[in-house]
Amino acid sequence: MRRTLGNLLTLGLLLAAVLASFIWLQLDLSALLTADGRSQMHSYAAAFFPPNTSPAWLAKLWHGALETLAISAIGTLLAAIFGALFSLLAAGRLGGAARALCRLLLNALRSVPELVWAALMVLAAGLGPFAGTLALALHTTGVLGRLFAEALENTPSAPAQALRDAGAGRVAAFLYGTLPSVLPQWLSYSLYRWENNIRMAAVLGFVGAGGLGQMLHVTLSLFQQSKAASVIIAMLVMVLLVDALSGWIRARLGS
Amino acid sequence: MIRQAHRWHPHDPAALPRALITLLLIALLWPGLQLTEFRPQTLFNSQSLDTIGRFLAGFWPPEREPEFLRLLAKATLETLAMATAGMTLALLLAIPAALLATRALSISRLLSGRAGLPGRLLRYPVRLLLMVLRSIPEIVWALLFVRAVGLGPTAGVLAIAITYSGMLGKVYAEILESVDAAPARALLLGGSSRLAAFFYGLLPNAAQELTSYTLYRWECAVRASVVMGFVGAGGLGQMIDLSIRMFAGGEVVSILITFLLLVLLADQISLLLRRRLA
Repeated sequence: MRRTLGNLLTLGLLLAAVLASFIWLQLDLSALLTADGRSQMHSYAAAFFPPNTSPAWLAKLWHGALETLAISAIGTLLAAIFGALFSLLAAGRLGGAARALCRLLLNALRSVPELVWAALMVLAAGLGPFAGTLALALHTTGVLGRLFAEALENTPSAPAQALRDAGAGRVAAFLYGTLPSVLPQWLSYSLYRWENNIRMAAVLGFVGAGGLGQMLHVTLSLFQQSKAASVIIAMLVMVLLVDALSGWIRARLGS
Repeated sequence: MIRQAHRWHPHDPAALPRALITLLLIALLWPGLQLTEFRPQTLFNSQSLDTIGRFLAGFWPPEREPEFLRLLAKATLETLAMATAGMTLALLLAIPAALLATRALSISRLLSGRAGLPGRLLRYPVRLLLMVLRSIPEIVWALLFVRAVGLGPTAGVLAIAITYSGMLGKVYAEILESVDAAPARALLLGGSSRLAAFFYGLLPNAAQELTSYTLYRWECAVRASVVMGFVGAGGLGQMIDLSIRMFAGGEVVSILITFLLLVLLADQISLLLRRRLA
């Protein structure tokens, strides 16, 4: 009985929150609900068709897609390198103080969304794909550093210890005793993040960080809807291809 | 760096192949570096150092002026409201779409083992629609809607509604297919309507999973609506964007701290609700 009452109360609060949201936002849905708004919306949507498929524009799109791919690849690679370095500290290999400090740093890097990093990096490195690369690298370093450190902590220490006991140095013991057992895990985390980052790299351009996103932003600002439509289709194709490819790879690795 | 260490060890038999693989990877990376205009030195020329220095100097202390905090509170509430309203609209679209797309309520499938042609003809377009809706990132939808309905939270709400209806619809359909089909089958064979079979046969088993996925998506929606402001769709994102453009470092820090607190709060709320409704 008390439980039912509590559930009813929760549901009531949920409904109230939903209602409050709509009232607070004072949503302007006239564009969707009035005939005038709908016809405007319709003409806006109609301007996107047919998508621009002139060879010159397609060549630009191809370049933009490659740029997006490069941003995500280099960003993820940088993140994997720095993430690996930081993970050694974060797993407590060099003492407790470094560990706490490093975890704090990784948390901070991870908590700031990619798009915010991109806006900041556009200030630091100027407009263009380099800013996007740095933004992805910063956020992903936070994510991968933590995942890598967890992998390090969970890996058995016996092989490295055996090497140490046999007289190997610390670096050699790590390279031959620890690294082989964490490397596959690190690799699969990095590939997973790369997949995410391709999607992200496609939209980072909205703040001026290069790639397909920047093309979409520019074309929409210039009211070139048919060109914008082909950019959106290019993004869609890229996302679907990446999904299919990663699904295929996962299925192969899994079996 | 790690790879090179191998070369120093004459006893490592795998040294040569590893070195070759490394060289190949570098050769593949080179065009990537060109495409991303990878020039770290631009970070350290005097002009950008000056810009960053000025910006960083403003970072501390965080902005605490009452007028600014009032704006910040308003933007935070707006962000939460955007996520909640967007999710509600998404549910309105996702639930019917999931019922259309799921194979769990197919009568012909129950009778003959596979779905009949009319059912499949109806299901595939719905599935395709859901896929397109969710494959275009929400911020692209937001950018499109900002041009259509003007700056402000309306564009953000619509963007969340569209993308998330695609995700929710697909996952709901899959959850419904994954629960025990026996009760629904019994109802359908006994002659009840599909809707009744859904409410009395499927929903009781699937409710918990459906709720917890919805709450998880709500958390994602909160995060997404923060970012949405960068294209002019209101909320905290719009504030961050403005503050960055005005080089107001202190404001940026305050907003980022608020953002972190908001994400933590959303986590806690959804955890609490999950426990209550489970």
